[in-house]
Amino acid sequence: MSDEHARAAPPPRKLKLATVSLAGCFGCHTSFLDIDERLLPLLERIEFDRSPLTDIKHCGPCDIGLVEGGVCNAENVEVLREFRAHCRVLVALGACAVNGGLPAQRNNIALGELLQEVYRTGHGLAAGSRIPDDPELPLLLNQVHPVHEVVRIDYFLPGCPPSADAIWDFLNALIEGRAPTLGPGLLQYD
Amino acid sequence: MAAATLETLLGRHGHDGTRLVQILREVQDALGWLAPETLTAIAHAIDRPRAQVESSAGFYSFFHTRPLGDYRILFSDNITDRMLGSQALLRRLCERLWLEPGRVSEDGLVSVDTTSCTGMCDQGPALLANYRAITRLTPQRIDHMARLIRRRVPVSDWPREWFRVEDNIRRRDVLLGNGLAPGEALAAALERAPTALLDEIERSALRGRGGAGFGSDIKWRACRAARGDAHYVVCNADEGEPGTFKDRVLLAGFFDLVVDGMCIAGFAIGASQGFIYLRGEYRHLLDLLETRLAERRAAGLLGRDILGRGFDFDIAIHLGAGAYVCGEESALIESLEGKPGKPRIRPPFPVTHGYLGQPTTVNNVETLALAALIAVRGGEWFRTIGTASSTGTKLLSVSGDVARPGVYEFPFGVTVAAVLEAAGAQDTQAVTTAGAAGPCLTAEAFGRRIAFEDVATGGSLMVFDASRDMFEVARNFINFFAHESCGLCTPCRVGTAVNARLMDKLARGRGSPCDLEEMEKLHQLMQHASHCGLGSTATIALRDMLARFRPAFERRLRSPDFAPDFAPAFDLDAALSQARGMTGRSDPGAHLGDETSATGALRAGEEPR
Repeated sequence: MSDEHARAAPPPRKLKLATVSLAGCFGCHTSFLDIDERLLPLLERIEFDRSPLTDIKHCGPCDIGLVEGGVCNAENVEVLREFRAHCRVLVALGACAVNGGLPAQRNNIALGELLQEVYRTGHGLAAGSRIPDDPELPLLLNQVHPVHEVVRIDYFLPGCPPSADAIWDFLNALIEGRAPTLGPGLLQYD
Repeated sequence: MAAATLETLLGRHGHDGTRLVQILREVQDALGWLAPETLTAIAHAIDRPRAQVESSAGFYSFFHTRPLGDYRILFSDNITDRMLGSQALLRRLCERLWLEPGRVSEDGLVSVDTTSCTGMCDQGPALLANYRAITRLTPQRIDHMARLIRRRVPVSDWPREWFRVEDNIRRRDVLLGNGLAPGEALAAALERAPTALLDEIERSALRGRGGAGFGSDIKWRACRAARGDAHYVVCNADEGEPGTFKDRVLLAGFFDLVVDGMCIAGFAIGASQGFIYLRGEYRHLLDLLETRLAERRAAGLLGRDILGRGFDFDIAIHLGAGAYVCGEESALIESLEGKPGKPRIRPPFPVTHGYLGQPTTVNNVETLALAALIAVRGGEWFRTIGTASSTGTKLLSVSGDVARPGVYEFPFGVTVAAVLEAAGAQDTQAVTTAGAAGPCLTAEAFGRRIAFEDVATGGSLMVFDASRDMFEVARNFINFFAHESCGLCTPCRVGTAVNARLMDKLARGRGSPCDLEEMEKLHQLMQHASHCGLGSTATIALRDMLARFRPAFERRLRSPDFAPDFAPAFDLDAALSQARGMTGRSDPGAHLGDETSATGALRAGEEPR
């Protein structure tokens, strides 16, 4: 009976994982790839959905979403909302997603002044340069926001970037159903 | 001129760096503000690094390192002041002076701002004018004040009536009705040996009145036993808990008993120097207290060879400068040493390593006065009052929605309901029993008793009747803690700020259930991870109010149609306004809706395929 039952049980479903970089530098994604050959066993447990690794353009229903970078423009907002709508567990990955990080340094300058300086009055601009207004380009938000100010976030994985070991440990915890914690060596202040 | 003033002041303090907080206050009094070159001169004169001087100058709310006007008007911003209309009065004064709150007028004449509770809750709304307390504000007083400021009449020439501070003693018991002559308690104490005196205190089972209820005899014995070059007694009169003012009344009307208590503590632990750390908001008491100390020295009740018994003990008064955290004993000691008032890591405790690293006992004003009373009447007598675990009486500062706000002395064990009745409270929906830092009780708990084993309190009871919006009470407390956090530890520095932002978000009607959960999580975190009592108690009232007045919070959530679980604190479409303006765009891509439709999104219970 138990043998028969075991045979009938489906193999554990692979978890679906989506990743994206918003106002980030892809450093967190690079750190993710630094798990190196551990990517192969990971692929036995998960399946990538939307991610720079798959080039899938829109996120389907997923178990885990990793979001790198803060929210600096209208497109970031839409992508982040798509992730929130489709991912059971949404993770702020790295310093920029958690706090706004480097891009948020512009928050002390009014956006108008900033655009003016960059496109109109700064050094080395071609004559007649103007602020781009093509509808194809997403508009900048007045300020750069950490992701948790725009949608609900379930986990925060700090670091600039979080180390490969931290990401590996974190994903394994989620896959195995443990509450993720960053143990000694995985959370560093420097 | 400035240099000469500075030199005189520094000379009076013996160029002693431990007196830095006092030096900064007096220099600011004389020169108006603490200019960079002033700080450099002070650093040089007391031989301390300039950064140290600047860090003390920057830490305290009452010090300013930029000019803030010849007239600095600070409205007490406790919830009890607000309930008496302080916010409208602040706006009125600003309008009369053509001024924005927080800004200095263009002619550099005046600035108007808020400050944490000034301890005048029984006679508010109150303010500080150049750090002098003015009580019982009315629209007429505000208009008059605006005229005086515009005519540049010095604060010292303003109507004396404005500066009158009432004691408002509503109920006397053994302490407030003691009838002892100055020095009588001290004389009785000096009849015994110090160890016999400690035995008497032990028999009384006296516990600290600041709120924590630590056994006074244990503290004194530990301090006496600790080895050091000198021992010190500190009277903690940094009465900063919002809603508390009983120490102000003790100092104003029963100062001799307090000083007797300090001398007795000094005798018991083997100290010859004591300090009174008086909160900056009570500046009006300073001259009076200094005069009384001088009179006692002249009468042989203080100083060398007290009462001809060979006991030397003197007292110096230190004035604080607007920092709630200095009520914590190790922060208070840091401040006494001239440093920013940041709590130390404990242990070691002050009884072994306190002021200048020496054994120090820090006691509340009321505790010291009671110790004096016990020295005369005896520990056995004291133990007959109150409950078995909380002996004696407790001074309660009662304010808010009551007919008779003021100080009530009740034996421990009195019910909250009895206090409310005595104060003439009607239709009471809530009482906070330990200021902003303690629990919030509702009617079903009014039968509970004021005692360390039941409702423990430092003595601040703020009463709220059914007309009050408890969300606004909670928000006032949360903003208070965000302002008063010393910034040393992350849980408190960040936690209090995050809480303040969440409350602002709710107040703007943009809250979501997530935010309420977040505040509950922060309560758990701050309570257990904060460095000192400020952080660990900063969310207790909020937790209680969230539990007992949840609808007051829930009615500020966004409609569930828009935000099932989370809503941002700001309008995302409005956040594109500057870029739209700069590019002149108005196409659909130049706008963000409230929430994108979640087509294909996961529904509850559904699994990704």
